[in-house]
Amino acid sequence: MSVLERQQEAGYATRSPVINDFSLVVATANGTGSQTANLTLLRSFFKLGIPVHGKNIFPSNIQGLPTWYHIRVSHKGYIARKTSEILVAFNPATAAEDVRELPAGGVCVYNADLKNLPQRDDLIYYPVPVNELIAGVEVPVKRKPYIANMAYVGVLAWMLALPLEVVEEALGAQFGYRQKLIESNLQVVRRAHEWATQNLRKQDPYRLEPMNKTEGLIIMTGNEAGALGAVFGGVSVAAWYPITPSTSFMDALREFLPKLRKDPGGHPTYAVIQAEDELAAAGIVMGAGWAGARALTATSGPGISLMAEFVSYGYFAEIPAVIWDIQRVGPSTGLPTRTSQGDVSFAYTLGHGDTKHPVLFPSSIEECFEFGWKSLDLAEQLQTPVFVLSDLDLGMNNWMGRPFDYPDRPLERGKVLDAAQLEALGGFARYKDVDGDGIPYRTLPGTPHPLAAYFTRGSGHNEQAQYSERAQDYERLMARLAHKFTTARSLVPEPAVELHPSAKVGIIAYGTTRYAIEEARDRLARQLPTSFLRLRALPMGQAVREFVAAHERVYVIELNRDGQLHSILQNEMPEYAARLFSVAHLDGLPLTAEWVQKRLLQEEARLR
Amino acid sequence: MENPLTSERTPLKLNTVGLSKKDYDGAPSTLCKGCGHNSISSQIVQVGYELNLRPHELIKLSGIGCSSKSPAYFLGMSHGFNALHGRMPSVATGALLANHTLKAIGVSGDGDTGSIGMGQFKHLMRRNVRMVYIVENNGVYGLTKGQFSATAEEGLELKYAGHNEFPPIDLCMEAIVAGCGFVARSFAGDAKQVRELLKAALSFRGTALLDIISPCVTFNNEDDSPKSYGYGTKHEKPLHELGFIPYAEEIQIAPMEPGELRTVRLHDGSLISLRNLDSDYDPTHKLAALERLQRAQETGEFITGLIYYNPDRPSLAEVEELHTPLAQLPPEQLRPGRESLEAFLQAYR
Ligand SMILES: Cc1ncc(C[n+]2csc(CCOP(=O)(O)OP(=O)(O)O)c2C)c(N)n1
Ligand code: SF4
Ligand SMILES: [Mg+2]
Repeated sequence: MSVLERQQEAGYATRSPVINDFSLVVATANGTGSQTANLTLLRSFFKLGIPVHGKNIFPSNIQGLPTWYHIRVSHKGYIARKTSEILVAFNPATAAEDVRELPAGGVCVYNADLKNLPQRDDLIYYPVPVNELIAGVEVPVKRKPYIANMAYVGVLAWMLALPLEVVEEALGAQFGYRQKLIESNLQVVRRAHEWATQNLRKQDPYRLEPMNKTEGLIIMTGNEAGALGAVFGGVSVAAWYPITPSTSFMDALREFLPKLRKDPGGHPTYAVIQAEDELAAAGIVMGAGWAGARALTATSGPGISLMAEFVSYGYFAEIPAVIWDIQRVGPSTGLPTRTSQGDVSFAYTLGHGDTKHPVLFPSSIEECFEFGWKSLDLAEQLQTPVFVLSDLDLGMNNWMGRPFDYPDRPLERGKVLDAAQLEALGGFARYKDVDGDGIPYRTLPGTPHPLAAYFTRGSGHNEQAQYSERAQDYERLMARLAHKFTTARSLVPEPAVELHPSAKVGIIAYGTTRYAIEEARDRLARQLPTSFLRLRALPMGQAVREFVAAHERVYVIELNRDGQLHSILQNEMPEYAARLFSVAHLDGLPLTAEWVQKRLLQEEARLR
Repeated sequence: MENPLTSERTPLKLNTVGLSKKDYDGAPSTLCKGCGHNSISSQIVQVGYELNLRPHELIKLSGIGCSSKSPAYFLGMSHGFNALHGRMPSVATGALLANHTLKAIGVSGDGDTGSIGMGQFKHLMRRNVRMVYIVENNGVYGLTKGQFSATAEEGLELKYAGHNEFPPIDLCMEAIVAGCGFVARSFAGDAKQVRELLKAALSFRGTALLDIISPCVTFNNEDDSPKSYGYGTKHEKPLHELGFIPYAEEIQIAPMEPGELRTVRLHDGSLISLRNLDSDYDPTHKLAALERLQRAQETGEFITGLIYYNPDRPSLAEVEELHTPLAQLPPEQLRPGRESLEAFLQAYR
């Protein structure tokens, strides 16, 4: 009996259709150009109106190592990572393992040239005769492998009932309307589709149907959204040293600035410098912020380590700076292309001595945009380095979102005195708390007034910015900085809170773990109703304390080994430390709802 | 006749921007008495006064070290930034991107520049950030009590530091190789030369390096040490006598004997005249400059003066096409309008 016959016998073909609710994974080798094909699929589903999200799980390598692209399609809007039911097996190196990981009833769309593909009775197999399908298609030799990937797009289009006009539209978005490229790609898609129609018989239950759930939405990566936010936040100096996964943030910034930020005479209103290392990047940002620019840098863990010296300086000398940390897996070089939330405690207190910094946690492209401009405001308001902790998953992958809200308030430039104000005041003391909020006044170099100047230093100083080693001066300065941090509590973005009226259990999380958590909460709705506080920034404010106070047990879920936020929250609320429990995990992959659900139930069974 | 502008005996005479020499002072120095760094600070004060600098149009920066403390001791009416050890170049780069119309004087030490800050130093030169970069070079780490720096001569013997096993790094050579277009060496004890070089450097279009031998009277001042006062006064071999004429004053230079005088026109139109002592020395020739430095190192003399000059490279601000200082942009130029956000997002639908 052939595999097909066995499958028919097993009754798969007669399963009731599964519409707009599946996850598929495309397994290829890095550098084979599958990204275009994968994004074409993603955009096609999006254009059909179905909520969708794609995650690229890729290696730290330019060519040859395995890559997996996961696409989750969900009419309910769930976009967390999930076990894939559909595999596109195009990488000989991983095919055997990829096939083994499919759940029973799954589908394997495979490159017909693959040898020794494991045959499982409980799967449905569709071959893609790639060479046959691309033979005779007119493209430069260089583009052949890219075109080859379009063959699985065609077979999937047949399998999922994805209209070819939609694929064409999606390809248009990919290639920016370079007609020739669209044509050659589309030719392969059409051929594959036609071949499948004639030679394959649909046996799986997965199918697409148009919906209207993506109407008006956009698709973008978090890094693009953050960079765009910075452009609208008035960033004027940016410096960086390339590092995955932050590179695409700076790429986007350098692409957007020339389009959006020229003065009426055509001059740039920005400067972007590729520094010699992250130390220099941070130094450039400090110098620029000190002199009155809106300055930022973007990096990842290893770069944050190098920036420690300057961040400590910026805290002590009170210099505005914005640092985006697109987190990847550490320690050290770690897993450079895998996601994590492992820099939370490091960033929060980065620097020697008693240092602490506002940290923002975006969880979506909307928040990347929002924090893109807000972080620049906060840095100048508070005169201190501000971190934005994104992650590889958010930064490098494509996410759906509402078109961004235009900033709802004018640029906040903080307490800067100009010559006229200095004249009226008869001078100023750089490090004096005049307003009682811990935030002093500063002046910018170039201010035409004899009393404008002051001396900035990372060594001890008094309120007049003079060198001082006096015990009282030091203690007073540090107390004011602590007080300023209290002021920050009310200035940083508030948490997003969803209270469940009868829940005894609360969840606290931040960033991209929200998607798995939101899905898990729905699944647990009856068995274990929960409230959810999604932290959007540190230092925490009163809302967090109230949330914890209102629940018997609060699980702090995060993507690191040691439960970093959990420790921070216990420290901040020692009175509630005993009701905060850590649910932490890091293997380099985004959380799944299954995992969250299972762990919460385990913890509950243990603690209740 | 006495020149009223430069007279030390009439300190309260005002210059053309209405300031007395005292107005260019800073806080009292806390460095050792007789430290070469103090002499350099005095010359900066004098030059500020003589050039009629408006203090608010200049920033002063430094790294960490005795030398790097000195910006607190001059130009008290200018904004100052005492940065981290070896990291002044990046801070200066950022500050001068934020406001490229500011003049800048950076003060560093041989440890600050030649060791921990070597990378940033070379990249500053490479980017040609418009500033005067002074290295107060004493061959030791003064502030950490006398260890050898990377510019100390091989074989040098010092009481505290012991015997130096390694060859020196020549910061002028490093600067030339990195693309710096104004490379000069001087001696803290040669007040006139320091002043003339400082003035010329302040007129230069990009980074101007002044490597000034500045004896550490506490840790490196034995007469046989090449970075001591005694050695300096005996072995200094000026390449030329210098004279600086600021552009603004439009002073005509008196005619000079051809062959004796080379006049170099700086970017802003100022002139620096070099009266050749080394009759065949050409400061615009890169390889000749490197060769001359190498020769000097071999013979244990130190040549002073403008060693290399090339005004052709644009400054970083020119490369970045900066116009209105970024720090002074109005909000409407920092935040694009609502419509441009909507239009921009169309491509992502
Ligand atoms: C990161 C760091 N490492 C070490 C030091 C200690 N330190 C302070 S000054 C200095 C050397 C300064 O030597 P130099 O630049 O030659 O200045 P000088 O005191 O000789 O003028 C060192 C090593 C420091 N401040 N920061
Ligand atoms: S220790 Fe040396 S370098 Fe430092 S202040 Fe004293 S003389 Fe100057
Ligand atoms: Mg020194």
